[in-house]
Amino acid sequence: MGNLNPLGLTRRSFVAVTSVLFVVAALPQKIWAAALRPETAFQTTTLEATFEALGGVPKVSDGIVFSTPDIAENGAVVPVRIEIDTSVLSDVSKIYVIVEKNPNPLAAVFQVPPNTQPYAETRVKVAQTGNLYAVAEANGQLYMMQRETKVTLGGCGG
Amino acid sequence: MAARARTQNPYDIAPIGNVHLLHMTDAHAQLMPVHYREPQANIGVHNARNRSPHLVGKALLERYHIAVDTRQAHAYTHLDYSAAALEFGQVGGFAHLATLIKQLKAVRPGALLLDGGDLWQGSATALWTQGQDMVDASKLLGIDVMTGHWEFTLGTERVQSIIKNDLGGHTAFLAQNIRDKEFGDPVFPGHVMRELNGVPVAIIGQAFPYTPVANPAYLMEGWSFGIRERELQEKIDEVRRNGAQIVVLLSHNGADTDIKLASRVSGLDAILGGHTHDAIPSALEVKNPKGITLVTNAGSNGKFLGALDFDVRGGRIKNWSYKLLPVFSDLLNPDPDMSSLISDIRAPYAEQLSEVLATTDDLLYRRGNFNGSFDQLICNALRDELDAEIAFSPGFRWGTTLLPASNITMEDLMAQVAITYPAVTVNEMSGAALKTVLEDVADNLFNPDPYYQQGGDMVRVGGLGYSITPTAGAGERIGNLSLNGQSIDAGKSYKVAGWASVHRVEGEPIWDVVGRWLRSQKVVGTLLIEQPQVNGLTNNLGYAG
Repeated sequence: MGNLNPLGLTRRSFVAVTSVLFVVAALPQKIWAAALRPETAFQTTTLEATFEALGGVPKVSDGIVFSTPDIAENGAVVPVRIEIDTSVLSDVSKIYVIVEKNPNPLAAVFQVPPNTQPYAETRVKVAQTGNLYAVAEANGQLYMMQRETKVTLGGCGG
Repeated sequence: MAARARTQNPYDIAPIGNVHLLHMTDAHAQLMPVHYREPQANIGVHNARNRSPHLVGKALLERYHIAVDTRQAHAYTHLDYSAAALEFGQVGGFAHLATLIKQLKAVRPGALLLDGGDLWQGSATALWTQGQDMVDASKLLGIDVMTGHWEFTLGTERVQSIIKNDLGGHTAFLAQNIRDKEFGDPVFPGHVMRELNGVPVAIIGQAFPYTPVANPAYLMEGWSFGIRERELQEKIDEVRRNGAQIVVLLSHNGADTDIKLASRVSGLDAILGGHTHDAIPSALEVKNPKGITLVTNAGSNGKFLGALDFDVRGGRIKNWSYKLLPVFSDLLNPDPDMSSLISDIRAPYAEQLSEVLATTDDLLYRRGNFNGSFDQLICNALRDELDAEIAFSPGFRWGTTLLPASNITMEDLMAQVAITYPAVTVNEMSGAALKTVLEDVADNLFNPDPYYQQGGDMVRVGGLGYSITPTAGAGERIGNLSLNGQSIDAGKSYKVAGWASVHRVEGEPIWDVVGRWLRSQKVVGTLLIEQPQVNGLTNNLGYAG
C-alpha cells in the first residue's frame, strides 16, 4: 500500500517536495488575513458572547453539512469539514468554526469568494467533550449546524 | 434414518440458495479449545434496553426459545457454568473449527469464509510470533476476507508486512474506514467483489472505528479511523453501480453501532458483526429508509461460527437463512492438517506455555460489565506486588475461562494479558481523578448513542468501591467512591497500580508481575469479587447480578 499514484509518490511526499514552491506564493495572504480577522469574536470566552460578536444566535440550517468525529482520536487536532448545500443555502460569504467549551470558542473563520462552491476543512483543538458549531454567513444572516465531539481518556477498549 | 442422523449431528445444516457466507470473529488467537463464560451483566440502556444483545441468562434463553440445561443454553449463557462446562466440554479450537468449516463448505459451493478481526492477538504464541502463528493458521483455515482491530496493535509496519508477504493471494484485508491522516486517502482496499455461483457479491470491510482511542495511537501513527458512515454509503452505492447483487459489511463496529448503522445506511443486505463478543442466536432485521439489513454478531474465541445463506434469483433475494453454530470441540474431530500445524507452532514454546504457576479453587473468567474473577485476581496481584491501595485493570472482553480446581499455566495467564503494551505502572491519583476515570469509561459503555461508545467493559477495580447508575448522564453515573469502607476524598492522593496504558510508559510486563504473585500464592482460593453497587435498573434483562 502507500503507492497510490503513478509517480510512486504518496500524496504526503509529493506535497513535501512541492510545498516549498507554494510557501512563497502564499505570503501575501497574511496581509489579507489582518483585514478579515474578526478580532473581537476571537477574544470572546463563552458561546453566547461569540454568537453576539458575530451578530446574533444563528438559525439552524440543513444546508450546512458539518462533519466531525464522534470521538476525537486526538483532541489537539480534530478534523472538521464544512460543505454547503447551495440548493438550500446560497450566497455564503463566510464560514466560522466554533468549539463550545474551548477557552476562546471561535476557532476559525473562512472567507468564501463570490461564485465559488463553499468548502472548508481544517483541524481544531477540542479541550473537552462538547458541541462544535459550523456557522455560515449569507446575505447578512447567520446559519448553523452543531455536532457533539467526545474527548475521552482512552484505553480499556476491546 | 436420515432424520435420525441429522439429529445426531448438530452441524448437518442444510443450505439454501446460491450465496453462502461463513463468518467468524474475535477468535483472539485461541488455536486450542477453551472454555469461555458468557456474561451475567451485559446491560443495555435507553434504546438498547432489553434488546439483543443486551439479554443475559434466562432472559436470553426465553427470547430465543432455548431450553434450560441444554448444550445450547450452555453456549449462550453463564447459567450453572462450571457444571455445564464439565458436562459439555470445551469450545472452539482451530482444528475443530477447520473440520466444521470443511463440513459446511462441502454442501455450500463457492462459500466464502469471512473473519471480522481480533484474529492475531490474545495468546502467548500470537504475541511471541507477532501474529505469525495466527496468520499461518488462518491461511490454512481458508479465510478469504478479513478486517481488523487488535491486529493494528502489532504496529503499522508489521501489519503492512503481513498483508504484503503472507496474505497476498489468500486473504483480502479490507477497511473502508481507515484513511491517511493528512489527506484522507484509503490505506487499505475498502471492498472485494466475488462472483458466487453467478451472483456478484461485494464484501466491504469496516475496521474497529476507535482503535487509536481504545488502544495506543502511537502503534498506528498516520492512520485515522472513525465510523465514516457517509464514505460507507458512497462505497455501497459504488459497488451496486458496478453490479453487486448482494452487499455485505464485514464489521468490527460492535453490535449496538451496527444496529444504528443499519438503520441509517441503505443498500446493505447484511452486517456480519463482531467486537462486542455478543453471541446473538439469530439475525436481527433492521429497517432503514430503503429496506432491511440483517445484523449479526458471532461471539468470540472460536466458540461460534455463523452461516448466512442467500437465495438470489434475477438480482433479488428470494430467501435467506442465518444460523449461529456453537463450536463444541467434543462433537467435532480435529482436522489432521490443522492439528499438525498447531503442534508445530506450539512445539518451540512448550516449556513456557505449560509452566504451572498456581492452581485455582475458584472459577476464573473475565467477561461481564464489571469485575470478573480473573480480573479480580489480576487486581489483587497488582495491589500486593506493587504495594498499591488501588488497582485498575482494563475491561477487555477477551480472556478465556478456567474451571475450578484447574492449574493456572503461563498460557492461561497470557490468554488474559498478551498485549504489545503490557507495562505495569504505579501513579499517585487524586480522588477527583479516580472519579474522572470511572466516569470516562462508564460513558464509553453506557452513552445513549452507540456512536459515542468505544466498546469494552467497565474498568476493573481492586480496593475501590463505587456505585454506578448506567442510565444517568455523562459525568453523573459514578458515586460513593470508597477505600476500605472510608469515603474517597476528592483532594487526597492515592497510590494506584495499573497496566495497558495507551501512552508510552515504562514498566515491568503484567505477566511477570502476576506470574510472580501466582507462584508465591501456589493456590488461589475463593475470590471476593468486588462489584459496584448498580443503581437505577429495574427489570433490566441484561443484568443478572
